Amino acid sequence: MIKTFPYGGTHPPDNKITAANKIVYLPLPSSVSIPLSQHAGVPSVPIVNKGDRVLVGQLIAKAGGFISANIHSSVSGVVNKIDKVLDSSGYKQNSVIIDVEGDEWISSIDRDPQLKGEIEMSGEEILNRCFESGIVGLGGAAFPTHIKLKVPSDRKCNLLIINGVECEPYLTSDHRLMLEKGDEIITGILIMMKALNVSRAMIGIENNKQDAIEHLMDRCKGIKELTVHPLKVKYPQGGEKQLIKSLINREVPHGGLPVDVGVVVQNVGTAFAVYEAVQKNKPLFERVITITGKSLAFPSNYMVRFGTSVSNLIKAAGGLPENTGKIINGGPMMGKAVSTADVPVVKATSGIVVLTKEESVRRSVEPCIRCAKCNSVCALKLEPYLLMALCQKDMMDRAEAERITDCCECGSCSFICPASRPLLDYIRLGKSQVLRIKRERTLEKIRQNE
Amino acid sequence: MSSTVLLTIISLTLLGLLSAVILYFIAQKFKIFEDPRIDEVQAILPAANCGGCGFAGCRNFAEALVKADTFDGLNCPVGGNATMTTAAHILGKEAIPNDPMVAVLLCNGTPVNRPRTSKYDGPSDCRISHNLYTGETDCAYGCVGLGDCVKACSFNAMYMDSLTELPVIIDDKCVACGLCVKACPRNIIELRKKAKKDRKIYVACANKDKGGPARRACKVACIACNKCYNVCEFDAIKIENNLAYIDAYKCTFCRKCVAVCPTASIIELNFPPPKPKAEVHEATAKV
Repeated sequence: MIKTFPYGGTHPPDNKITAANKIVYLPLPSSVSIPLSQHAGVPSVPIVNKGDRVLVGQLIAKAGGFISANIHSSVSGVVNKIDKVLDSSGYKQNSVIIDVEGDEWISSIDRDPQLKGEIEMSGEEILNRCFESGIVGLGGAAFPTHIKLKVPSDRKCNLLIINGVECEPYLTSDHRLMLEKGDEIITGILIMMKALNVSRAMIGIENNKQDAIEHLMDRCKGIKELTVHPLKVKYPQGGEKQLIKSLINREVPHGGLPVDVGVVVQNVGTAFAVYEAVQKNKPLFERVITITGKSLAFPSNYMVRFGTSVSNLIKAAGGLPENTGKIINGGPMMGKAVSTADVPVVKATSGIVVLTKEESVRRSVEPCIRCAKCNSVCALKLEPYLLMALCQKDMMDRAEAERITDCCECGSCSFICPASRPLLDYIRLGKSQVLRIKRERTLEKIRQNE
Repeated sequence: MSSTVLLTIISLTLLGLLSAVILYFIAQKFKIFEDPRIDEVQAILPAANCGGCGFAGCRNFAEALVKADTFDGLNCPVGGNATMTTAAHILGKEAIPNDPMVAVLLCNGTPVNRPRTSKYDGPSDCRISHNLYTGETDCAYGCVGLGDCVKACSFNAMYMDSLTELPVIIDDKCVACGLCVKACPRNIIELRKKAKKDRKIYVACANKDKGGPARRACKVACIACNKCYNVCEFDAIKIENNLAYIDAYKCTFCRKCVAVCPTASIIELNFPPPKPKAEVHEATAKV
């Protein structure tokens, strides 16, 4: 029987128009601006200066704290300046701007495309390499992988789940990666299993990607500890809590992490990045990005160097159509519209969706009719209408008690609401405020203990 | 028959008396003394319950006034010094005069000064827009223009100007309760000392970027050029975070800084018209 998670979920039209387009290498831009905060946690600290010559894969910024990641140059050339540049967060962030000259890679990277199957490194070395190579989760949250792969000493992890669900409409980057780099992904999974010291791994793929399921099943024949599981199509199955529930019917407790139920979840993109870092010594400086939209002339999947401007991607896809209403960084459900096409591509960017004016229009907001559709689609059993009302009234303590921080911002509630109420907009606001209050509370506690 | 009636009356009377005695002693035992002056003070407070004093409402403020040894740090901005003097009279304490304040918007980013570079179509809530991105303009510090402050004001002292897309504060109605200051996610509303005839000189900018980017985002942005700092004879101007700030307590309203500001980010308000020449010219033109 094909599995899925039991409660909530929606079925947005999937619009995967680029599923058949092979990954193409995007031509190098004339300059890149690499933000110093591409990951969850503390921004990195730059170690290059204006005028320095850098090569592809050279370290340009060191991790700035415990939860942070290294950043490497994605091009070769000269550092133009380190300045504040508008990025996809909507605000200006410190970035390293590099003028591109040629394409010279540092010599330590093994550029041989041949698959290297055998894993020579020990678990500790793998973690170190992941840290050095600046690997972060490529599913969207960009949490540093070396921390996620290190299980806390008081917990036990017995299963690695690989997320190949890609439930967001429009996006096909993971799908293409699974089809074209299947062997590499499987090697990457084996590497992560070694680092985690687990004996079992599961790959979850929604069954609208039949070709990817068959391909990976074929590839991991003979590997007993690795199994591929087709899943029923339902949004937001790609959320890690939903994926764990779908695959092994365990529930992550409120406020907890997957490791509390003995699981670590990683994206297929991360598995590929780990393979390249460990086997080929290639730091994370490029990734597959889907540039898509019904109005675009050539929507496709591109291998893009970080720091490339979104406008370059759009140019490669045939230029910006006349009636564009919004350019969305990420998928249409969870993504965020950008205010200008000149924002750089970062580690967390999985796709760019160009919507026409008609597609992107927001319907007028009507009063809530208490139909509870938002409640029934919430995969986390939250009450979105209530959370919205609480956030509007600034009642953050109550919102915290209603588990607002559990929200994964999947957008199902806003999608389903017949009164087109801006549920997720307010929940996002409340979530960020509650998280801030919580952070302050922790700091206060630390201060008191001192 | 009559004896039954009599018995009932007597027994009920006795029961009533007994209960009254018990209740009297219980009431004595659990008596809560409330200072009658609290009611008196509350009666003279404005009953706006705005929270401008820092307490939950007027009743709480009255309790705090009665409890306090001195009025230091206690002020009702709505009632002002008159109310505080009356309260002091009731309580037999000394009133500490407080400067009347008024709210001031530290942004002058009208559509003319600050071109709109994108369009926001989300919910009409400043906090959401602020959380999302820099706003419809390139300035990440200025007014978002969705009117959270106007919604917060309970004295009808603010309205949104549809032309400038900025909130306007009506000086006569503003009681400096600070509700708008709290409501603004960008912290660009300041409570400043009220001067004679409501005169104001302040830097109407909150942009902490360096001169170049600030100017590119907004024509009237403060670029921290130091000209006002150099011309000020009263040490009233300080420059911090690429931003000039005029201290309302030190400013003497000489208006020299206004004249030298290259970006016109220093605003003077409620001064008499400076150019009699122009008036003459107008008069002759009419003839």
